[in-house]
Amino acid sequence: MTAVGERAPSFSLPDTSGNTHALDGAGPTVVCFTCNHCPYALAWHERIIAVARDYAPREVRVLAINPNDAERYPRDSLEAMRARVRDGEFGGVPYLRDESQAVARAYDAKTTPDVFVVDSGGIVRYRGAPDQDHDDPAQNAAWLRAALDAVLAGNSPDRAETPPVGCTIKWRQ
Amino acid sequence: MRVELLFWAGCPSHPAALSDLRAVLAETGLDPDAVIVREVRTEGDAQAEGFVGSPTIRIDGRDVQPPAGEPVGLTCRVYRRRDGRYSPTPDPADVRDAVRAAAKAAHATHEGSYA
Repeated sequence: MTAVGERAPSFSLPDTSGNTHALDGAGPTVVCFTCNHCPYALAWHERIIAVARDYAPREVRVLAINPNDAERYPRDSLEAMRARVRDGEFGGVPYLRDESQAVARAYDAKTTPDVFVVDSGGIVRYRGAPDQDHDDPAQNAAWLRAALDAVLAGNSPDRAETPPVGCTIKWRQ
Repeated sequence: MRVELLFWAGCPSHPAALSDLRAVLAETGLDPDAVIVREVRTEGDAQAEGFVGSPTIRIDGRDVQPPAGEPVGLTCRVYRRRDGRYSPTPDPADVRDAVRAAAKAAHATHEGSYA
């Protein structure tokens, strides 16, 4: 289990084109467990991508990871992931496949979405929901943005942990 | 009028959907406590019910947002709000329209029975 204040598990996962992405400590990283079939993940999706766009100039990287069992949930298949990337839904954010679900287990991810902010030293500084209401776009991923602002300023976020909200991760049976 | 809410406990959206549904019933002058809430527990139940995700609201057997080819199974259902946003619950305006249409149909049937 990964807790705030602990070292984030390292990983190396392929994106939808087969390119590998790792947690490399080059700068703060947002690790977002997400998927295709969950309405909560979809409702928050554009806000996460907006965070990636807005914080890229400050060397923040966002990695989206789909860990769901695609056999039981075909809408989370690699091909379906590719289709969303092709359609431009990820705006350059790598969409990674956690086929073995080992990364999701290492992070103790609960839901899609479940968001972790990892600082450049590899320490988890925030974990939880992007903001307080999936149904209100004006929230604009405020909790995630506040956590990033704190980390970029060298501080700990005031709100370091919130309950993740969304669909349960679909573990292999 | 038979108002049903079917849910799967693995998805957290049904309390909000039930609250929205009860509010619509109340504002339409119907009994908000008349909702029949049923849990879909297994894939077999989902197949038998034609359940495409949680929550599913049916008025007199008709889905308030009829599914367009979604597969049957235990999952969270993806709805589209009228402004295009994705949502775990149906747009209350769609629920309202479905309730009013069913009430109108029931009223017409009732009137017809005395014709």
